[in-house]
Amino acid sequence: MEILVCIKRVPDTSENEIIVNRNGTNIELEDLVYSVNEWDNYAVEEAIQIRDRVGGSVTVVTVGDEEAEEVVRREMAMGADKGILLSDEVFNGSDGKGVAGIIKAEVEKGKYDLILTGALADDGAGQVGGMLAAMLDWPYASLVICLEEIDDKKIKIGREIEGGNLEMLEINLPCVLSIQTGINEPRYVGIRGIRKTASVEIPVHGAEELGLSSESVGESGSNLKRLDYFVPDPGEGAEILEGSADEIVEKLVELLKVRGGIK
Amino acid sequence: MVRQVFAYIVHKEGAADDTALEMVAAAKRIDPDASITAIVFGTGDDLNAACNEIVSSYQEVWKIDNEALSCPDAEATRTLLVRILPGKAIVIIPHDTFGMDLAPGLSIKLDAAYLPDAVDIEGVDENRLKAVRQEYSGQISTHVVCDISGGAVITARPGSFKAEETKGTGGQIVDKTAEALKGEFPETGRRFIEVVEAEVGDVDITRSDILVSVGRGIEDEDNMEIVHDLARAMGGDVACSRPVVDAKWLEKSRQVGTSGKTVKPKVYMALGISGSFQHQGGIKGAPFMIAINKNPNAPIFQAADVGVVADILDFVPELTDKINGSR
Ligand SMILES: Cc1cc2nc3c(=O)[nH]c(=O)nc-3n(C[C@H](O)[C@H](O)[C@H](O)COP(=O)(O)OP(=O)(O)OC[C@H]3O[C@@H](n4cnc5c(N)ncnc54)[C@H](O)[C@@H]3O)c2cc1C
Ligand SMILES: Nc1ncnc2c1ncn2[C@@H]1O[C@H](COP(=O)(O)O)[C@@H](O)[C@H]1O
Repeated sequence: MEILVCIKRVPDTSENEIIVNRNGTNIELEDLVYSVNEWDNYAVEEAIQIRDRVGGSVTVVTVGDEEAEEVVRREMAMGADKGILLSDEVFNGSDGKGVAGIIKAEVEKGKYDLILTGALADDGAGQVGGMLAAMLDWPYASLVICLEEIDDKKIKIGREIEGGNLEMLEINLPCVLSIQTGINEPRYVGIRGIRKTASVEIPVHGAEELGLSSESVGESGSNLKRLDYFVPDPGEGAEILEGSADEIVEKLVELLKVRGGIK
Repeated sequence: MVRQVFAYIVHKEGAADDTALEMVAAAKRIDPDASITAIVFGTGDDLNAACNEIVSSYQEVWKIDNEALSCPDAEATRTLLVRILPGKAIVIIPHDTFGMDLAPGLSIKLDAAYLPDAVDIEGVDENRLKAVRQEYSGQISTHVVCDISGGAVITARPGSFKAEETKGTGGQIVDKTAEALKGEFPETGRRFIEVVEAEVGDVDITRSDILVSVGRGIEDEDNMEIVHDLARAMGGDVACSRPVVDAKWLEKSRQVGTSGKTVKPKVYMALGISGSFQHQGGIKGAPFMIAINKNPNAPIFQAADVGVVADILDFVPELTDKINGSR
């Protein structure tokens, strides 16, 4: 099976506190630590496992600037066979539709049986997979949490719906699936593994190679624009307990007793 | 000109979902004078019951009745919607697991703008719709403008738009089945097999009065012991957020949230949980909530009654000792 996995480089929220910059035009970018979008690690792991079961190859692709190359290398260190970076000045500021359109152009240059994306990325949209499928006229299923090959024409999948119930489906290949966390346990990649892919040549494709007009991508091709970033007014947020650790523990125990938090 | 807005209605076993009226509220945020049409897919008695339930809140209710729609099918629904919606339509869909399956592709097929997971809408100026979204699982909010001149698909976060108590003037139900089906049900390349219910675990956290809930902030499986110790001291049960289940540190049946259990305890202690809406969506009944988190800006502090800014690895053992010592 020829599998393409879409990955995105995002600020790592477990390593950073995300804060708004002084004039609210962006998040504070200084000292940010980046990593692969959490959901994409599960997608790449799933692709590797499928390949190891039925053969074929795994290609990872990302739309980003030159620094996005590091996440391509990381996922190749995990076990992906190939990596592609889709990068061009004119791609800057693309919305979800723009990104999906760029990936679509790359898909049409190859021959894939299956495309995996993450269910969600840092901006909480969950859109690229579904848009890409619609652009390609391939069937789509989101929030996939289990997957089983049937034959070379179709696979069986489970979508995780409300309450953790599974909607079991059969879907024709080629198709696009968005992957939910928990589908597998992404393998650990050590520094050594990443070093091995450090010198691999990663092809970079821009608008011209992909046959994309600059109006269809970037700011000009995007319907959704951010005006500002802010932290919502806490309103009637929590009463934050202050004092020494001892004092706080004492207060909390009192509160718990009053509220029935200690049986 | 009266702006027309369409709302997708989620229903189950003949009852409209809470979001059915929230979509009216969201549509009115786009334009208070909008003519709002509900679109309801399904079949038979259940479909009719859902339509009747909401008809007084909408100007018009379009129903599409087909046996194959007895279980949700986002791929077929998308094709049918494209057939019946007018050009440049504005459509609002709940941002739930079905909406996530349906909406992004629908926006492409309608060649319309896509505004995902709106938590607030501030109105339209010319063709610029202004809305509020959240990023980084709720840590940061943004104002966005969406160009709706070519139509728009909007998903609205469940619970974010307050349904109005007062019923509208009341409308009529229009059967759109024939127009949608054009004699045949769409072929989609995707076939529904069955719904498999989530497994039941050893402890039923939906019945617990006291929940000690742990998130990714616990950092390592070896640290889980301090959470079990605290729960034991308090006489409560251990619950968790999704990453703890993904890492296999606890069973799925302990997960609180939209894709886990809906709990309604008296006391909810959130340890190292950031407070994403998918997590909070599983906490009902307004429990007394205590959040302990090392990040003072964690969104969970907006939902909690009492907060402690601390490292749970240090704080939780101290709290446990104190409780055990105070008996
Ligand atoms: C369709 C869908 C359904 C989902 N369903 C659910 C669901 O049912 N339930 C659910 O929980 N999630 C669900 N999620 C995932 C959800 O979006 C979040 O990713 C998840 O809730 C985050 O869990 P968390 O708060 O434990 O982790 P994080 O968001 O990573 O937060 C960890 C927190 O711990 C704090 N922290 C770190 N170290 C320490 C320390 N030593 N001491 C104190 N604090 C510390 C950090 O400041 C941070 O606030 C769903 C997602 C999707 C897309
Ligand atoms: N810039 C990008 N490059 C490659 N894939 C992306 C990019 N942005 C989003 N994706 C894919 O789409 C998924 C969902 O992201 P989003 O639609 O942005 O929430 C991610 O998990 C990725 O698989």
